[in-house]
Amino acid sequence: MFTLTEDQIAIREMARDFANAEIAPFAVEWDEKKHFPVDTLRAAAALGMGGIYVQDDVGGSGLSRLDAALIFEALATGCPGTAAFLSIHNMATWMIDRFGDDDQRNSWVPRLTTMEHIASYCLTEPGAGSDAAALKTKAVRDGDYYVVDGQKQFISGAGASDIYVVMVRTGGEGPKGISTLVIEAGTPGLSFGANEKKMGWNVQPTRAVIFEGVRVPVANRLGAEGDGFKIAMAGLDGGRLNIGACSLGGAQAALDKTLAYMRERKAFGQRLDAFQALQFRLADMATELEVARTFLWRAAAALDAKTPDATKLCAMAKRFATDAGFNVANEALQLHGGYGYLADYGVEKIVRDLRVHQILEGTNEIMRLIISRALIAQGN
Amino acid sequence: MHIVVCIKQVPDSAQIRVHPVTNTIMRQGVPTIINPYDLFALEEAMRLRDKFGGEVTVLTMGPPSAEDSLRKALTYGADRAVLLTDRFFAGSDTLATSFALATAITKIGETYGVPDLVFTGKQTIDGDTAQVGPGIAKRLGLIQVTYVAKVADFDPAARTITLERRAEGGTQVLKSKLPCLVAMLEATNEIRRGSMENALRAARAEVVKWSAKDAGVQDMSKCGLKGSPTIVKRVFAPSARAEKAKFIEAPEGGNLADALIAEVFARQPNLEADLTALARGF
Repeated sequence: MFTLTEDQIAIREMARDFANAEIAPFAVEWDEKKHFPVDTLRAAAALGMGGIYVQDDVGGSGLSRLDAALIFEALATGCPGTAAFLSIHNMATWMIDRFGDDDQRNSWVPRLTTMEHIASYCLTEPGAGSDAAALKTKAVRDGDYYVVDGQKQFISGAGASDIYVVMVRTGGEGPKGISTLVIEAGTPGLSFGANEKKMGWNVQPTRAVIFEGVRVPVANRLGAEGDGFKIAMAGLDGGRLNIGACSLGGAQAALDKTLAYMRERKAFGQRLDAFQALQFRLADMATELEVARTFLWRAAAALDAKTPDATKLCAMAKRFATDAGFNVANEALQLHGGYGYLADYGVEKIVRDLRVHQILEGTNEIMRLIISRALIAQGN
Repeated sequence: MHIVVCIKQVPDSAQIRVHPVTNTIMRQGVPTIINPYDLFALEEAMRLRDKFGGEVTVLTMGPPSAEDSLRKALTYGADRAVLLTDRFFAGSDTLATSFALATAITKIGETYGVPDLVFTGKQTIDGDTAQVGPGIAKRLGLIQVTYVAKVADFDPAARTITLERRAEGGTQVLKSKLPCLVAMLEATNEIRRGSMENALRAARAEVVKWSAKDAGVQDMSKCGLKGSPTIVKRVFAPSARAEKAKFIEAPEGGNLADALIAEVFARQPNLEADLTALARGF
């Protein structure tokens, strides 16, 4: 566990090569122009990154969560927003692969692993973020269909995606009344809000998804009625690792840029990396990052092994890695001085991108809630 | 079909520094890459394989660490990798290198099937001699086509390959019988990205490692320093030229070409008369 296998090193290198050549050189421009790099995502999928931990009979790569964490960290060194979107697509695709029956898997997943079709995950609503079990989007049974009404908020890829994995209320209040529906773009009554203006993550569109009398075949339901909340949370365990890994990659890139800058930049007659006060900050940044990385791998291994504490460990890893990632990137900006604040250096973009990782996929406050509930439940 | 591609692990020239006093390349700490020209050769070989079937074997001679470049080639999609490594090969010049590689290619032929094609890059970015490819061809008695920009056609039934060769003043279209050796130019194709599947295959693959003896070398005096008559007498950085470049712009209402020719004639007073005489000769 404390060393990577040759396979894992090879996978990571391959993803890093891809990030260096196909993502990093364009990231600042994509951010500025709010360009959603679908072609690049498809190129990544052609290499096996469209369904990393999806089974191989439907085009997935059949790898582990730890493998996925290595891949997302490597990709995020090029652009955290691009890597994070790919991770969301992977999560939604996995949910269909994991909870769908064979008809459902065969009908949707092969097109998702190639990214011919793109998937979005729809849980959050205008009035239900952290309190996800309070979601109100309603699905009322009408023969072989559900009629869906309601609205989802902050949906990554909305408007551009082809497949929406949507949590809806089919029963009473609370988590047990929630089901999961797969809704295809183009279904009448499905529409989208404006592309939100955001602080970061500009490489992917974020919109509201609006359902007005959308008729969805009952055959599009994943699992049984009432399984939705369980499915949504199962997706998020892995999603949290992925987002944490994206924070590590972004922060690593910021640290690498900082080291290069401090080697070149001189002040008071010497290179910046010759000042001990600054050296110590570099040491702390690298240590934080390595601690976060090592722990994230541990949580990923726990999820792979399906240990009972996996959810708690994933929450801890998400909280720690996204906080550490943001702090390291923010320090990197500071060490760049005024240049760090300029877009050209690519550091401020990383800071902006990583800021939202502390909020989404369950806020870091909710992570603490999950962790403390698990701790207290253990005692009881 | 069996294609052998010769590659070399070289220091990444984008990150290389030259020692200010000795003018030698400072290799310490410089990351290594596959010689870029060789990547175009590998890609072209894999395209032929993908279209017509068969196998691509990559071959390199170098220290044990050269295995990294072979694994990289496997990641791109090569089928097999052979590393020729032995302290007897240390200090090889192009003569000794082409001897070792030609011997290994013969051995590869005996072991895995006689190659129909051998691909190399035009030259390496560290040695820049462009001699090893032709040297291998000569030793193996292969037809050689160098400075190849494109594989225009391949006929497996007739066993011929048609190549576009960049030559001074134009492009030659050459048709060769197999087997032959092709030395590829740069930027002739777009090199594919290694997929996850190939990355995993490469990580799990066994790189074949041959010593001089394993490769079937009989005469060790042709290897390494002993087999290398080349002596590097001096390495120096060329001094900068004293003249400054002059920017010539089109005069107001005039024509840039005319201005350019006038400037050339002004600097070379005899040129106009020479050209006139030459023109009269036609």
